Amino acid sequence: MGRRSSSSPSDAAFHATLVLAGLGVATVLAGVAWEVLDLAGPAMQKGGLSFLTGTTWDPVAGEFGALPALYGTLLTSAIALLVAVPLGIGSAVFLSEIASSRVAAVAGVLVDLLAAIPSVIYGLWGLFVLAPLLRQHVQPAVQSVLGDVPLFAGPPLGVGYGTAGLLLAIMVIPVVTSVSREVLKAVPDTQREAACALGATPFEVIRGTVFPYARSGLVGAVVLGLGRALGETMAVTMVIGNRYEISASLFAPGYTLAAVIANEFAEAFSPEYLSALGGLAVVLLGSTLVLNAAARLLVRGVRHGGG
Amino acid sequence: MDAWLYPPPPQRTVSPRLRWRRLADRLFRGAVVASVVVVLAPLAAVLATVIAKGAPALDLAFLTHLPKPVGETGGGVGHAILGTLFLALGGLGIAVPVGVPAGVFLASDRMPRLAGVVRMCADVLAGVPSIVVGLFAYTLLVMPFRQFSALSGAFALAVIMLPTIVRTTEEVVRLVPPTLTEAALALGAPRWRAMLGVVLPSAGKGVAAGIIAAFSRGAGETAPLMFTAFGSQFLSWNLLQPIAALPLVLFNYAVSPYEDWHAQAWAAALVLVVLVLVANLVARYATARRSA
Amino acid sequence: MRTTRTGTTGRFGIVAAAAVLAIAAVLAIAACGKDQAGSGGAPAKVAAPMDVSLTGAGATFQYPLMSKWSAEYGKANPNVRVNYQSIGSGGGIRQITARTVQFGATDGPMTDAQMAEAKAPILHVPVTLGAVAVAVNLPGVQKSLDLAGPVLADIFLGSIRRWNDPAIAKTNPGVELPDREITVVHRSDGSGTTYIFVDFLSKVSVDWKVKVGVATSVNWPAGLGAKGNEGVAGTVRQTPGAIGYVELTYALQNGISTARVQNPEGEFVAPSVESVTLAAAGASANLPDDLRVSITNAPGSGAYPISGFSWVLVYREQQDCDAAAALARFLWWGVHEGQAFAPALHYAPLAQGVVARCEAKLKSVTCGGKPLL
Repeated sequence: MGRRSSSSPSDAAFHATLVLAGLGVATVLAGVAWEVLDLAGPAMQKGGLSFLTGTTWDPVAGEFGALPALYGTLLTSAIALLVAVPLGIGSAVFLSEIASSRVAAVAGVLVDLLAAIPSVIYGLWGLFVLAPLLRQHVQPAVQSVLGDVPLFAGPPLGVGYGTAGLLLAIMVIPVVTSVSREVLKAVPDTQREAACALGATPFEVIRGTVFPYARSGLVGAVVLGLGRALGETMAVTMVIGNRYEISASLFAPGYTLAAVIANEFAEAFSPEYLSALGGLAVVLLGSTLVLNAAARLLVRGVRHGGG
Repeated sequence: MDAWLYPPPPQRTVSPRLRWRRLADRLFRGAVVASVVVVLAPLAAVLATVIAKGAPALDLAFLTHLPKPVGETGGGVGHAILGTLFLALGGLGIAVPVGVPAGVFLASDRMPRLAGVVRMCADVLAGVPSIVVGLFAYTLLVMPFRQFSALSGAFALAVIMLPTIVRTTEEVVRLVPPTLTEAALALGAPRWRAMLGVVLPSAGKGVAAGIIAAFSRGAGETAPLMFTAFGSQFLSWNLLQPIAALPLVLFNYAVSPYEDWHAQAWAAALVLVVLVLVANLVARYATARRSA
Repeated sequence: MRTTRTGTTGRFGIVAAAAVLAIAAVLAIAACGKDQAGSGGAPAKVAAPMDVSLTGAGATFQYPLMSKWSAEYGKANPNVRVNYQSIGSGGGIRQITARTVQFGATDGPMTDAQMAEAKAPILHVPVTLGAVAVAVNLPGVQKSLDLAGPVLADIFLGSIRRWNDPAIAKTNPGVELPDREITVVHRSDGSGTTYIFVDFLSKVSVDWKVKVGVATSVNWPAGLGAKGNEGVAGTVRQTPGAIGYVELTYALQNGISTARVQNPEGEFVAPSVESVTLAAAGASANLPDDLRVSITNAPGSGAYPISGFSWVLVYREQQDCDAAAALARFLWWGVHEGQAFAPALHYAPLAQGVVARCEAKLKSVTCGGKPLL
C-alpha cells in the first residue's frame, strides 16, 4: 500500500493537508507559550527570581511578587490531591476490579459527568452551599476542638484555601479516577490470574500485583489531576477569598495564580502590572505543561507495557 | 467467583492469619465501595441544588427575555443562551477543520516522529489552564482589532475544544478495520479517497461524538470568555461585537448582591447543566453503542 | 473500553448532532419570537444602515445608572445599543487606553502617568455623583453605627480587629457592640469606588497615607477581596461581622445597613442623595479645567465625606465617526435627560454649572477634526 500512496499527486496533497492540520495543533500550543512569554518579558527581565519570591502585590508602587499566589495555588492543589487521590484511585479500583460490568458502566458514566459539569457551576455551588456550610458548621466544630492550632485559626468566613481545596478535589477526582481506571485496565489479566492461582484474596491481588504493575500510570493519573487543580480558574476565584497574603490557616482567605489573572487582567493599568500578570501566567503555564507532559509519558508507559 | 476464591475450609478451625486476610479483604472492599459513594455524593448534591434552586426561577420569560437594568427584578438570559450556542458552534467551526484532519494524520501512522510531537502537543494543550487560553485570545485577536468580539471568544473556545477533537478522531479512525482501507485501495481508489469515502464515514459516529463532547466542554467555559466575548446585555449575531455567554452571566449574577440575580444564576446554572450534560450524554451514548 | 463495530455507523452521530442543533433552533425561535414581540426594550434587529453598537466598560459604581441609561436610551433610539460591562474603574482606564472600548468609565480620575500612557488626549466627562457607603453586617445591632474617619482607617488597616473595640464604642454610646471579629471586605479589582474610599482615608489618617496610599487598586493591609461593587456587597451580606465599602445603591438595593461617617464639621452624616449634593456644592463651583476633582472630606454642614464624581472617559479625537457621533449624542442625552434617572438610583444629579462644563467637553469631541455635536 505504500507504493500507491507515495505515487499519486492527489495523495501527496491530501497527506500534506493532514500534516498541515497536525502542525496547526502544534502551532496553537507554541502560540500560547509565545504570547504569554512575550507578555511576561519585562517582568521577568526586571524581577527575575525575586518575582517568584516577592510577597508584595502593590500595583500603586509597581511592586509585584508572585509568592502568595503561588503558595495559594500549591496549597489548594495539595488539599485537593490529599482528598482526591485516595478517593479517585479507590473509585478506579472499584470500577475496574470489583464492580460488575453493569454497575461499573453506570458508575463510570456518573464519575465522568462529574468532570463534565462546568467549573462556574461548581463555583456557584461552592459559594452558596459549601462556603456557608463550612462557615456555620464545620469551622466552629473544628475550632471548638482544635481552636489553638494555627492551621485552623481565624474568623469563620466560609471562603478560603480549604473551601477552594475541597471544591478542587471534587473537580480533580474524575480525572484521577478515569485515568487510573484506564491504567488498571491495561494491567494484563494474566498477572491477576497468577496471583489468584496462588490463593491471594482480591485485596492481595490488587495490592501485591496490580498496583505495582500500574504504579507509574497511577502516579501519572495523580500528576494529571495536579495539573488540572493548578490551572482551575472560575470555581477557585469564586471561593478563594481574593486575599493577597500567605496564611497558615486552612480557613484563611488567599489567592491563586489563575484567580489573580482572572480578576486583574482586564484592568492592569500599567505595562509593568500587565507584565507581572503575564509572569504569573508563565509560572502557571510552565508548571501545567511540564506536569501534563510528564503525566502522559507515565500513563502511556503502562498502557504500552500492558498492551 | 467467591466460591472459587474462598474454597470451603477443609477443617472447621480457620487459622488466625487467614481470618485476618479475609478481614483485610472485606475492609478493602468496603473502603473502595465507600470511596465511590463519597465521590458521587457531590454530583448528587450539586445537581440536586441546581435543580431545586434553579427550577423555580425557570420559565419561558427567563429563557427568552433580555436582562433588565441592574437592580430591577425580572428579565431573562435569552441573549446569553443564544450567545453560548453561537460561541460554541463558532468554536467548532474553527476547531473541527483543524482537529479532524489532525486526528486523521495521527491515526495514519505516517511520519511517526512528527505524529508523536503533535500528539504530545494535543495532550499538553488539553492541560493548558483555560484562563491562559483567554489571555492568548485577548492578545491575539482583541488587542490588534481594538474590539472585544464573539470571534475572539469563539477562537478561545476552539483552542479548548481542539485537543478533544484531535484525540477522539485519532481513536475512532484507528478502530476502522484496516481491511476496509485495503479493500478500497485494491479497487484502485487513491488513498485520500479511501480515507474520505470509506474510513471517515465509517468512523463518522465516533468523530461526531468527539465533536459533541468538545461542544459540551466549550459551552461551559467561563474564563476564556472574560477578556474576549466580554458580555453584552443585547442579543447579538455580530462576530465582531461583544456577545453574552451563559457562563459569564452566571458568574456575574452569582457574585452580585441581588437576590433576584442569585435566583437567576441558579436558573442559568440549570440551563447550562442541561445543555452540557445532554450533549455529553449524547456523545457518550454514540460511543457506547459502538462497543458492545 | 474495547470496541467492535456494528453496522449502524454514522447514523447515530448525525442524529446526535441534529439533537443539539434542534435545541439550538428551538431556543433561537423562542428568543426571536420574543424579540418581535418587543417586550424587553431590546432593539429588534433592524437592517437600517444607522445601527450602531457602542461598547463601554469600567466602573461598577455607575453600572446601575449606565444600565438604566442603556435601556431607556435604547427605547428612544432603537438603532443604538450601548453595551456597558462593569469590570471596574481600573478596567475602564485600561480598556480605553487599549482602545478596545468606545468609552471607559471610572470614579477615580486617571493619573497623569495613565493619561500619558494613552498617547492621545482623553476627556473626563462627569456623568453622576455618588456616595461610597460603609456597609456593615453586624447581627444584633439595629442602629446604624457612627464612625470617625481615623477609626475607619484603623479598621481597614487591620489595627482595630474586634467590633467591641473602645474606639468604636466611643462614638456609639448606648449601642451594645458584640465581641466579634471584624472581617474587612475590599475590592479585588481596580476600582474607582476604592479610589474614593482610600482617598478619604488618606485625608483623615496619616498612617493610611503613608502605608497604603491612593489608587484604584492598593495593597490592602487586611481583609477579603471581592470583585466589583456587586461582589463586595454580596460578600458583606454573606459574612456576619463584615465591613466593606460600596456605592450607595448597592447597599440600599440589598438592605445592607450603612454607617454614618464623621465629616470635617464633626457631624456624623448618613450617605444620601442630599448629603452627596452638599459635598459637591463647593467643588462644583470651581471645577478644574480637566474636571478631575476629588470631593472627599469636603467641608460644609451636612456634607457626606466619602462622595465622588463618576466620569466617562472618551478620546477627544475619535476614529470611527458613525460610532463616535452616536456616542456623543448618547452622552449628551445622559448629562441632560439621563440625570432624571439618578435620584431613584441614589445618585446625585449633576449641578447646572457642571452640566454646562460637560456640554463644553462633549462639544470638543471631534472625528476627523470635525466636531460631532
